[in-house]
Amino acid sequence: MSGVVTPERRATTAPAGASSAARGPRLRRERREWLAAGLFLAPDVLGLLVFVAIPMVLSFALSFFQVSGFGSYEWIGLGNYRRMMGDPLFWDSMKITGLYVVVLVPVLFCVSLGLGLLVKQRLPGVGAYRTALFMPYVISLVVVGVLWKFLLDEQTGVVNRAMRAAGFDGASWLGSPGLALGCVIAVTVWVMMGYYMIIFLAGLQEIPREYYEAARLDGAGPWTTFRTITWPLLRPTSFFVLLMSTVAALTGGLDLIFVLTNGGPANGTSLAIFYIYQQAFGFGEYGYASAMGSFLVLIMVIVSAVLFTVTRGGRFDDGE
Amino acid sequence: MASDPVATRSGSAPGGGRGRVSSRTGLTVLAVIVSLISLFPVLWMVTSSFKTRTTVTDGNPLPRDFTFDNFVYVFTEVPFARYLWNSFFTSAVITVVALFFHSMAAYALARLRFPGRDRLFGAIFATLLVTPPVVLIPLFMVARQLHLLDSYAGLIVPAVFNAFGIFLLRQFYLQLPRELEEAAVVDGCGHWRVYWNIVLPMSRPILSALAIFFFLANWNAFVWPLVATSDQDLTVVQLGIASFQTQYGSNWNYILAAATVAALPMLLLFFAFQRQIVESVKTSGLK
Repeated sequence: MSGVVTPERRATTAPAGASSAARGPRLRRERREWLAAGLFLAPDVLGLLVFVAIPMVLSFALSFFQVSGFGSYEWIGLGNYRRMMGDPLFWDSMKITGLYVVVLVPVLFCVSLGLGLLVKQRLPGVGAYRTALFMPYVISLVVVGVLWKFLLDEQTGVVNRAMRAAGFDGASWLGSPGLALGCVIAVTVWVMMGYYMIIFLAGLQEIPREYYEAARLDGAGPWTTFRTITWPLLRPTSFFVLLMSTVAALTGGLDLIFVLTNGGPANGTSLAIFYIYQQAFGFGEYGYASAMGSFLVLIMVIVSAVLFTVTRGGRFDDGE
Repeated sequence: MASDPVATRSGSAPGGGRGRVSSRTGLTVLAVIVSLISLFPVLWMVTSSFKTRTTVTDGNPLPRDFTFDNFVYVFTEVPFARYLWNSFFTSAVITVVALFFHSMAAYALARLRFPGRDRLFGAIFATLLVTPPVVLIPLFMVARQLHLLDSYAGLIVPAVFNAFGIFLLRQFYLQLPRELEEAAVVDGCGHWRVYWNIVLPMSRPILSALAIFFFLANWNAFVWPLVATSDQDLTVVQLGIASFQTQYGSNWNYILAAATVAALPMLLLFFAFQRQIVESVKTSGLK
């Protein structure tokens, strides 16, 4: 692309006819610009290389080694992947991850979109609602986990207290695998809904008001307006939210799981990323964990590609 | 294609005026309810942290036996002040260094011309797809190799590099008018002077928004500090809360006081700089 830029540049820097005379300083200035760019970019490029790019490659490379404790590596080819294929705990964790993603992403999407539509209205005190709905997002997942553990406690938690007061039996929220996963999902929705609400709100505010005026003059009801104007014009935002939340769900949730359920009960909330963490930092199985991690990345890439094709892509504007 | 429903809707238009008012009331009520659901757990945490051991689980919204003892306990029995300082120090350093590096890189990517620029930007952008949990293991090994484990440097350095900030800043710099720096270049200013004296002051709004965002994200970080440190003196506040919770089991009054202390700075920051935080979230979604 830099080739595209050069002609226009030549036009501005060599206005006079003496092209051979202008060549020297122009070249020097160009070189100086390259040098400056290199120096400006050096710290971040180096850092991203060492702390993001190399680890990514390393992660893949490690998956072919048996790593024991400190230092000793042994090449075992596809051994880790073979082990992964036959590890029922890993596949259980993948199933849980699948369920988690399939429930969390649509629920989060609908709730956030609904909230975005709600706080876009000119309601009295709408600023306060936006604030209240975004607030959980600024609290750390550790605090969120601690807090919900308190609220969901089977004996003393306020959730069960309220249910008993309403005449229901309390539930053992974090005590049974299915319910615990449901709680993890619900708490994640509670934390993240405000964030995606704001993103939807930004997308909604981009839609020209005239369209809505026109629809109103045509007598279109709220549903028709949503279906024919809002939804189609919101598509890039929807794609962005869908992609971000799916990728986040596939590899996220580690902080919350640690504090809220620690993978239990009966591994019911042991997401793949949690199982991988345990294998690596609990048992020192860095090679094996890397193999599973690479597999998870592969899934992530496939899912993103599928999302991209199905929605025909959100236009990631690269600014030029 | 929507002509049919439109026709039936316009048929019922006469009552529309009143319907609009009542639907507005309905939406307001709904907004109040969801806001309360959103707020309630946090409010409950804060009020419960002023209760005593025996009443913390009594189910009353407000403490009957208001006490500060939990906070005193948290700060005297546990090195909580130290945890807070560690979190503050690391988050602040990460934020300042990251903004400096990212704005430099973004300036070069947006305003300087050099071969391979767009490809380099593409590569930097692609690192956004590498989510932190995925590279946790190799990052740990890299940090161990560089002797960064159990040090402030280990908490700080890997957290600095993130393409998100570069991306947002580049987007901002692309929009700045070109005349400014062209005038400066004609005046004989070097690229560094242009960046330092012109571009950086102009980017104050976006830098402050990003600063809050970075500080928040790093204050709340848990997994990397968990992996990278074992030294008590380096414990950050999120780690402190997590281990406090496992140690104190059912002493909810202490645990909630500690959690409140950890959450409070972020809540204050949020209420003070709400507009900036929301703006930076918005821009991240638009581009």
